[in-house]
Amino acid sequence: MSSLRHPPRMSRSLCGRRRWLTLALPLVLAIPSGLFAAPPPPADDHSIAARVTTGTSGTSLSDNRIRWPGWEKISDTLLLRQYNTRIVLLGAILLGIGAGTVGTFMLLRKRSLVGDVVSHASLPGIAIAFLAVELAYPGNGRSLPALLLGALLAGLLGVLCTIGIRRFSRIKEDTALAIVLSVFFGVGIALFTIIQKLPTGQVAGLQQFIYGQTASMTSADVSLIGLASLLVIAVSTALFKEFGLLCFDEEFGRSHGWPTLWLDLALMALVVCIAITGLQSVGLLLVVAMLIIPPAAARFWTDRLGSMTIIAAVLGGLSAWLGGVASALFARFSAGAVIVLAGTVFFLVSLAFGTRRGLLPRMRRQWSNNRRIGRHDLLRAVYEMLEPHLDSAPPDASGDPLGDIPFTRDQVLSRRSWSATRLSRLMDRGTRDGLLTAVTSGWKLTASGAQEARLVARNHRLWETYLILHADIAPNHVDRDADLIEHVLEPDLVSQLLETVSARYPQMDMPPSPHPLEPGH
Amino acid sequence: MTDGPPPGTPSPDLPEPLPDGTATHPSSAPLAIHDMTVAYHRRPVLWDIDYDAPPGQLTAIVGPNGSGKTTLIKAAVDLVPRASGDVRFFGSAYHKVRHRVGYVPQRGSVDWDFPVNALDVVAMGLYKQIGWLRPVTRRYRDKAMHYLERVGMADYAKRQISQLSGGQQQRVFLARALSQQADVYLMDEPFVGVDAATERAIVIILQELREAGKAALVVHHDLQTVPEYFDHVLLLNMRLVATGPITEVFTPENLRATYGGKLALLDQVGHRMTLNQGRS
Ligand SMILES: Nc1ncnc2c1ncn2[C@@H]1O[C@H](COP(=O)(O)OP(=O)(O)OP(=O)(O)O)[C@@H](O)[C@H]1O
Ligand SMILES: [Mg+2]
Repeated sequence: MSSLRHPPRMSRSLCGRRRWLTLALPLVLAIPSGLFAAPPPPADDHSIAARVTTGTSGTSLSDNRIRWPGWEKISDTLLLRQYNTRIVLLGAILLGIGAGTVGTFMLLRKRSLVGDVVSHASLPGIAIAFLAVELAYPGNGRSLPALLLGALLAGLLGVLCTIGIRRFSRIKEDTALAIVLSVFFGVGIALFTIIQKLPTGQVAGLQQFIYGQTASMTSADVSLIGLASLLVIAVSTALFKEFGLLCFDEEFGRSHGWPTLWLDLALMALVVCIAITGLQSVGLLLVVAMLIIPPAAARFWTDRLGSMTIIAAVLGGLSAWLGGVASALFARFSAGAVIVLAGTVFFLVSLAFGTRRGLLPRMRRQWSNNRRIGRHDLLRAVYEMLEPHLDSAPPDASGDPLGDIPFTRDQVLSRRSWSATRLSRLMDRGTRDGLLTAVTSGWKLTASGAQEARLVARNHRLWETYLILHADIAPNHVDRDADLIEHVLEPDLVSQLLETVSARYPQMDMPPSPHPLEPGH
Repeated sequence: MTDGPPPGTPSPDLPEPLPDGTATHPSSAPLAIHDMTVAYHRRPVLWDIDYDAPPGQLTAIVGPNGSGKTTLIKAAVDLVPRASGDVRFFGSAYHKVRHRVGYVPQRGSVDWDFPVNALDVVAMGLYKQIGWLRPVTRRYRDKAMHYLERVGMADYAKRQISQLSGGQQQRVFLARALSQQADVYLMDEPFVGVDAATERAIVIILQELREAGKAALVVHHDLQTVPEYFDHVLLLNMRLVATGPITEVFTPENLRATYGGKLALLDQVGHRMTLNQGRS
């Protein structure tokens, strides 16, 4: 069951554009293991350790048929009619919002897997806390505060071990994370096996820390989760500017006297807080997903830290709500799995449609860009071809003489090294856009086509001349095809260029200030 | 200000001994380095540096690759620990006068895909003024915009930083340092990888700083332009080779002592220098 642990190699540069893809995959693989968290198995034949190492296949899935809830239950749940559902959902949503917020900073700090280490490392803490309480007060081992305290301490120890390994050896961060994660998890599973063998051993109730079970939470549990999440949200809102600086440029922050070490520790503490409180509802296997997926999805929609955090928080809250609803409706559904599933759907939608970095918007931008370039190419080619004939055209007060000169497709083809199909495509599109019309002797520019052709040619020539005369100070990030020269260069420089170009091309009438090529550009 | 110096820095109670009776008074010097040695893993890379930066002047820090220029600057602003020695800015330890010292690091150390735009980056220089827990208000955004305008980047304020060219990124980081309104600037290779237009823009900014009475120490690799852009020079190669006004110190002999064997290049520069001196 290798899919239980997310491969540590993910920790490196999670922010690379292509690498976002790799985030979702292991998580998707992890889902089947948690989706059908079976009810507590009879203590004698299925130990936790066996379930973890062999998956749920031991308890055959066909035994656990999903029971569909009635309409009444669905509407009760969705409308939050029951106090219990309301409280559980509230806790889950707060947790989702908190995880999305902190997760954003962790993702940007390339530390997302710290949450994973915390949650996996907490397993032995849970087991030891159970054993300790059971030893002192037999029969009371399953006391939530004690178990969470154990989880917290073990989780912190795990993080400290990671930092220590990185500090005092030459081992890289991702390897250190993987070592700590698997050693702690392994020890935890061994301890669970021991608990299983104890005469009083009732692991029932402990396994929920692995898979998570929202439905079993009491209102006291929920208020703990809610409080912790509110604290996390409040702290990360208050320290928003400072955390942003820490993640973006730690050295600069340090040189300005910001206590980057303390900020880093504070951020780490928030992650520990989220990971531990998420154990009960989402389970230690999947809690990291709440820290990673919403921020990763949010990045596709925005280029600003503030909006990324808000979007991540909203997506986190939304997937937690869906997970809570599903687990309230279907007793066998693990909330964690549904939360992750919902988050993954959001991620995939963002990957495809995200307005900033989504694949489809990017393709569309590219496509419209190519189209614009093609349109300008065609108009400029036609203009340059017709320009020598401009003087001989009959003077016409009403229209542009450029529009009165017919030309053929072959004439254009002979002037450019375009393939015939490309030219046909360009001319078809030009006709559709109302730039060209077919006439008996070939083609003509329409009035708007002629106007745009003059403008395109003028802009192109001005840029060309500018580059020849002032190559050394050429602004390097200008789209010379789209940016009107007047928008980029100073007026006296433009008028100087206008003189130079007018002298070279007497037929071209050079209006000092042209209309924009495309409205709103 | 009541907290003591951090562990590792020598106590600031003793008055600075004047290194070999130089004219500048150390307490007024924008940067006074005394007897500084810096080592990485016990291997010293800077030995016994004694240096007083002249106030209100542009100083070039010149030396071959690996000569410790970056280390010098980083050790001055406490980013690299000093093995021994003492650094003062305007007579005080760095941690007491951070706001008067602007540091512009060598490029390329940040995550360029980070969700910030040019304006956000410049505003970071104002965070100390804004203070803990307070958001960046419109007033500070306008201020940041002012500094973007000063480096000629106002049109790019809303661009995500990875969509800027290398030179433009450099200008944004320069604007961030300017926004701090420091009195002395330490810049690590601001001219690397920029085109002539950006280089000219940076030089103009440096001259404006000098006119405002501020000092700047700039790591610079292009020996040809050192006499044109700077007043003073600090020649460095693990130890301080020479320092002083360009006209006195930027000589072929000193350069040879700094760079060792790469003579062809140096003779060329030396030729230029004699031409310059003949002119002035
Ligand atoms: N983090 C480090 N650990 C160990 N040695 C280092 C480290 N940084 C720099 N060095 C060594 O210290 C010496 C000085 O480096 P430094 O970066 O200060 O040079 P520089 O003058 O800035 O060079 P460049 O012109 O290439 O920027 C070099 O020999 C380098 O190998
Ligand atoms: Mg350097």
